[in-house]
Amino acid sequence: MTTLREAPSPTKREGHIPGEPGLWIMLLGDMVVFAVFFGTILVLRGRHPELILSSQPALHQGLGVTNTLVLLTSSLLVANGVRLARARDARAPRLFLGALACAVVFAGIKAIEYTDLGTNGHSPGTNDFFTYYFVFTGIHLGHVVLGSVGLIVASRLARSTHTGRNRDSWLEGIACFWHLVDLLWIVLFALLYLVH
Amino acid sequence: MITRDRTLLVWAILVLATLASWTIGDDHLTHRQNVVAPTVIAIAFIKVRFVGLQFMELREAPLLLRAAFEAYVAVAALVLIVLYLAY
Repeated sequence: MTTLREAPSPTKREGHIPGEPGLWIMLLGDMVVFAVFFGTILVLRGRHPELILSSQPALHQGLGVTNTLVLLTSSLLVANGVRLARARDARAPRLFLGALACAVVFAGIKAIEYTDLGTNGHSPGTNDFFTYYFVFTGIHLGHVVLGSVGLIVASRLARSTHTGRNRDSWLEGIACFWHLVDLLWIVLFALLYLVH
Repeated sequence: MITRDRTLLVWAILVLATLASWTIGDDHLTHRQNVVAPTVIAIAFIKVRFVGLQFMELREAPLLLRAAFEAYVAVAALVLIVLYLAY
């Protein structure tokens, strides 16, 4: 009698697309749009270096760095949340809610920054640097809000008792969108706060 | 393999890289921006690559998707550094 051997998993050889292919067109498209934003910041710096040097000190590097660490930590929680959810571990929803708490902290710090800049007379109309700062970080903040809605959905999907179709695929898709939020901020932070 | 330990290690690397770029991007090095700024941009995109490969799990994705992501990271980093130095 022959023993049936398990066929090698196709995902091992051919790879596994996190989420679904259509999502990646959106994510990569968003990354390209932000790449144009990144280039625009450096073109402005090339044309008006003095504008950057006189405007940048108004930004708080400490708050920017804190927000970077907050988003990195949220990404760690989401990545582990996906892993635990796949294993039907009951702790998974808590990790997504932890990431949601990070998102609230990020938005709170951003609100402090905006308020502080406004109090000191800096608005989107002050000069081109602040126009770019408010528009690009504002669009990014919109991503944070959208991603937060995703994290709430993920915390429900991640319940070990959830039996819905495509559960893991939805969780991966929401997670990848959240990592995109983290990834875009990493570059925005470097270009707006650190590169003179 | 996407494991908890590896994910934690990548997070620690990303935190250290953030603190490193904050330190070298600090104001007292403003006069050496031709070295500092490209370094800060390069560190940012190395971090982006870590986020993609580990957190987004693109390390285990089909070649086409991984290649598209890697190409984005390489081209964006290169174009931004050239834009900074040449413009």
